[in-house]
Amino acid sequence: MLQGVAVILLFQLAGEVLTHLAGWPVPGPVVGLVLLLGALELRRPLAAALESASAGLLGPLSLLFVPAGVGIVQHAHRLAAEWPALLVAVPLSTAATLAATGWVATRLWRRGAAAGEEAK
Amino acid sequence: MTSRLTETWVYLSSSPLLWLTLTVGAFVAADWLYRRSGRHPLLNPLGTSVALLATVLAVSGTPYARYFEGAQFVHFLLGPAIVALAVPLHRELHRERGVAVPLTAALLAGAVTSVVTAVGAARLLGASRETLLSLAPKSVTAPVAMGIAEKLGGLPSLTAALVILTGLFGSVVGTALLGRLGVREGPAAGFALGVASHGLGTARAFELGPSAGAFAGLGMGLNALATSVVVPLLARLLVGS
Repeated sequence: MLQGVAVILLFQLAGEVLTHLAGWPVPGPVVGLVLLLGALELRRPLAAALESASAGLLGPLSLLFVPAGVGIVQHAHRLAAEWPALLVAVPLSTAATLAATGWVATRLWRRGAAAGEEAK
Repeated sequence: MTSRLTETWVYLSSSPLLWLTLTVGAFVAADWLYRRSGRHPLLNPLGTSVALLATVLAVSGTPYARYFEGAQFVHFLLGPAIVALAVPLHRELHRERGVAVPLTAALLAGAVTSVVTAVGAARLLGASRETLLSLAPKSVTAPVAMGIAEKLGGLPSLTAALVILTGLFGSVVGTALLGRLGVREGPAAGFALGVASHGLGTARAFELGPSAGAFAGLGMGLNALATSVVVPLLARLLVGS
């Protein structure tokens, strides 16, 4: 578990260093995620070693958002001024995203399945 | 006696321990309520605990900065948690090898649609620049979305609230909407739920079946990566400068 945590922190650190040196506008932990994904591909046994540390961090994932969520108290006046825009944009955009993703996935999936049938 | 009480409060309210304890305690209580309600989507534990803590801060007149001195220990773990997503993601990518093309195409369609429609609609309705930058990554899992917003000059805490709203909306109406559009296969529906509404959508997808749930988790993880790239590229174009 502790080794797993150390490995995860190491990859986060590597991600932070890389984004800062390269000046990328991507969050350091996301680059850490990609680096770790690459490392897992190269060294399969690493996945088993990280299993418990990863489950421990991802299990209470919702809790980790609470401090940032409470930060909403700082934006009360902004929400009071801009809520109509947000109340339209969030549902509209979420519905459009669901539709676009689901539609493309279904279309291409069926085509792939049909091509597979013909190949037989 | 009263002055003792006041003194104790003054001491405690300025120590990180009190706010750390209240953060974890509020979440545990909210989670209990959520389970008791049969996992009602509107009683999402994150929403309830944020409302509870915001009320405590308002009533006690505590500034957010003081609250955060305690809560930062929880907040810090978001970074390692993002990195840790690599482990389940690795597992799913190995289970599903032959679907790379439909998934990549659907992912890109979803990531671009999400950013363009959210920022476009809010801009037309007169939202400010900071609000637009905070809204752009709304479909992505909160730690990554907040990281993206912070990098661009948005407000991470506003992003967190918008991400939660997005997740609630997607998990409540998502399956009905996808059914209307003829997206009924578990994997495709799950993937769409994960891409559009991250962890809350993923939790909903698991109720459709394990395959839908796994694809939702994959969609959530991949969209975290895709949006991290798409938002900085599109932001200047959409938001203006």
